[in-house]
Amino acid sequence: MSAEANQNACVVIVGAGHAGGSAAAFLRQYGHEGRIVLIGDEPLLPYQRPPLSKAWLKGEADADSLALKPADWYGENNVFLRLSGVAERINRAAKTVTLASGEAIAYDFLILATGARARQLPIPGGDLAGVLALRTAADAELLKHALGPGKRLAVIGGGYVGLEAAASARALGAEVVVVERESRVLARVACETLSTFFQDYHRARGVTFELNAGVEAFEGADDHIRGVRLSDGRLLPCDVALVGVGAIPNDELAKDAGLATANGVVVDLEARTDDPAIFAIGDVAHRPLPLYERQFRLESVPNALEQAKQAASAILGRAGPAPEVPWFWSDQYDLKLQIAGLPFEADRTVVRGDAASAKFAVFHLKGDLLQAVEAVNAPPEFMAGKQLIAKRTPVNVEKLADTSVSMKEVAA
Amino acid sequence: MAKITYIEHDGTEHALDVKPGLTVMEGAVKNNVPGIDADCGGACACATCHVYVDAAWLDRTGDKSAMEESMLDFAENVEPNSRLSCQIKVTDALDGLVVRLPESQH
Repeated sequence: MSAEANQNACVVIVGAGHAGGSAAAFLRQYGHEGRIVLIGDEPLLPYQRPPLSKAWLKGEADADSLALKPADWYGENNVFLRLSGVAERINRAAKTVTLASGEAIAYDFLILATGARARQLPIPGGDLAGVLALRTAADAELLKHALGPGKRLAVIGGGYVGLEAAASARALGAEVVVVERESRVLARVACETLSTFFQDYHRARGVTFELNAGVEAFEGADDHIRGVRLSDGRLLPCDVALVGVGAIPNDELAKDAGLATANGVVVDLEARTDDPAIFAIGDVAHRPLPLYERQFRLESVPNALEQAKQAASAILGRAGPAPEVPWFWSDQYDLKLQIAGLPFEADRTVVRGDAASAKFAVFHLKGDLLQAVEAVNAPPEFMAGKQLIAKRTPVNVEKLADTSVSMKEVAA
Repeated sequence: MAKITYIEHDGTEHALDVKPGLTVMEGAVKNNVPGIDADCGGACACATCHVYVDAAWLDRTGDKSAMEESMLDFAENVEPNSRLSCQIKVTDALDGLVVRLPESQH
């Protein structure tokens, strides 16, 4: 099909999260005129997930402000919604997607934006009421209702979702204990300096930690959780438990259709799978990271947006977006953490600023190339760091560590 | 409602009624004005909702926080009237506001 013909192609998007919703919007913004069908298994219009553990949980944002687009946008832009729709099967030969209802929807191009789901702990008691995950608005609603002054929250897993929820729960007056299997929080996603800093910051605000702690079971009464049983035998009493131990890509639909998968659906820089008519974007995609010369799966909004642009551009035959440095953010209390890059093969770290002042950055270098920066309340370090990572030019480490030298000068 | 006019880099104008309480960024994104990306959704974490505030309105759009200032410092084509539109809350006093969009947010 020529790019001109593609303008009128029928695009079916499976997954109405940030990636899927944005793909529909970018297609229209880039001039696509054909049919777009957006299938989502939640009953809601596409919305932003990051605030669910932050502003929304604290009651500082309403459902309207989470929505990617207002409800009338979809009708005005001829985007056909199939909400509460579960895609069960792809027939690549016939180019159709079959829903659980039996309806088969034809496509010229298919975009898989099926996201990831919360990993569950294979332990007894996981089905008790009050054992929650935090992935969807429905999850967040349950958590919000369970929190309040005097309520006791046990967070299983000291990752970003867990720590953000812990901070929000403290703001709501709940007592919080974080249970972490490793010796420090954020063990898989941040350096030790950052872990220590966040633990101290949370502790000073009343959160307690159980580190190096395994969870044996959730224990309850009347089908409702009453406590978390640790491997050492102790019971941590709680009213609600939040399990935040990572996510699993929803790549079964692709796998069943014979597409290449490897911890996610394998795609190229156009977000295209090994079937030229099928794309995969967002949390479910195992994508190339040209900066780091590897394939990787990212769970972030910037990644979802970048890949939504890649797929929409590829379908319409326009140049793809400029490659981005992967980046992430997290808000906890009055802290703004911004991370750019990924510390692959980093062999040293440089700390700029002082953690005690809650304003510092940790740079990760491979030789004299910057691979990643973790910046706490330090936007110049984040912004300049992101630019330095993209440039792939040697960094002056002495200047980098010297706060009397501005980040403008370091990045120059 | 406050009438806000967003002018794209190519001159295309979008005059929209934006509900007080939203931010200038949200007014654009929810109405599909191209040119304001707002990747982080308003967390002041990304500097992709950069706008130029029309000179006549600068005193009414308020002051930049230190956070906004330092994010803007590293954005492209920054001018003295540059703002991050996620940090401007819409009020009735901003009825008639005009903002211009940069060529690119990335």
